[in-house]
Amino acid sequence: MSNGARVGVLELVRKTGETSVFFLRLLAACIPALGRPRLIIAQIYNAGARSLIIIMLSGLFTGMVLGLQFYAVLNRFGATEALGTAVALALLKELGPVLTALLFAGRAGTALTSEIGLMRATDQLTAMEVMAVDPMRHVVAPRFLGGLIAVPLLTAIFTVVGLFGAQLIGVQFLGVDHGIFWSQAQSAVALKDVTEGVVKSVVFGAVISLIAVNEGYHSEPTAEGIGRATTRTVVASSVMTLLLDYVLTAIFL
Amino acid sequence: MRANRSLEIGTGLFVLLGFAALLFLSVQLPANGLKFFFNKPVGYAVTAQFDNIGDLKVGAPVRMAGVRIGQVTKIDFDTNTERAKVWLRISPRFNQIPLDSSAAIDTEGLLGGQYIAISPGAMPTYLTNGSRILETQSALVLENLINKFFATEANKSHGSGGGAKESK
Repeated sequence: MSNGARVGVLELVRKTGETSVFFLRLLAACIPALGRPRLIIAQIYNAGARSLIIIMLSGLFTGMVLGLQFYAVLNRFGATEALGTAVALALLKELGPVLTALLFAGRAGTALTSEIGLMRATDQLTAMEVMAVDPMRHVVAPRFLGGLIAVPLLTAIFTVVGLFGAQLIGVQFLGVDHGIFWSQAQSAVALKDVTEGVVKSVVFGAVISLIAVNEGYHSEPTAEGIGRATTRTVVASSVMTLLLDYVLTAIFL
Repeated sequence: MRANRSLEIGTGLFVLLGFAALLFLSVQLPANGLKFFFNKPVGYAVTAQFDNIGDLKVGAPVRMAGVRIGQVTKIDFDTNTERAKVWLRISPRFNQIPLDSSAAIDTEGLLGGQYIAISPGAMPTYLTNGSRILETQSALVLENLINKFFATEANKSHGSGGGAKESK
């Protein structure tokens, strides 16, 4: 093994350990943080409510393109009535959770990292420690919880908007029957499929928020360091989202 | 204080919207979900009884000469006649369907859902709210057809060998 590869592997192991230790500290700080709901509300607003537009727009167009693509394929077999089934399952189980997680990592995860990283660089975190205010409890934990709560809600919104986008294309433009579209979607979806989507979104929310706050908290206190930490947040959370998606799908099947 | 208030309203709206979406997914979408949202069909109600409805579902279209004229609103089992009872709602524009029309359950395409096809009769009186379509034709169940086919084939080969048995 070359020297560079050895350093790379060691760095990966170190990062995993750092994140795990940080996760345990974070869990310990989450319980007292729940006693200050206002801080969490502010973070739900920052991470969730302000991501609403991008999520809804992406959901709408994802649903529309799904409707178009599935219609084209199903039309070859004369089975366009199955459009509702195909779109509902694809959105609910895969595209809703995964695309929302990727968008969330880009829209809110980066903001979390650079915000906490800048606090670190400008010694605000140290100043809090000097004043006997625990930054884990007042800065990091509310941001983590805010992300954890926001992602499942955003995923649900994405999926519903996507379904109506597909309905818009499939029913209004391409002429699939309205009743058939929804009754096929309903007959194919079981509560288990909804649960799968929700569990995935909760896991993705936790992982992305953890990576984002961890990278920010441990970022190098320079302009360049914050930039690198932000990049790492996006890369790591995207890869983890897709990796965990496979694992969770395998578990649920 | 003002900024705080608008922040709380924004968060509240987001959370409510999120839970509304979750509720839609978990209550409305699954097969056993409640059906309080989707468009209420308008028109007059007609019933029909079938020996076998196959895979027909609530919401399936009712067609006449291929044109959609209404939809299935309810499916139940009639314990008196021991047949399936299907409620159809037909759009008020199509109010001149002869009373002796017949209803059949057809399949759309190869993999598609099933729908009810109405073929017009000749009577001068028309279907109205509450009337019943008497003449019906059950869904074709592919497995039954295949079974029947093999049964006749078996009979045929048996018949040519022994010559005693008549095929049905």
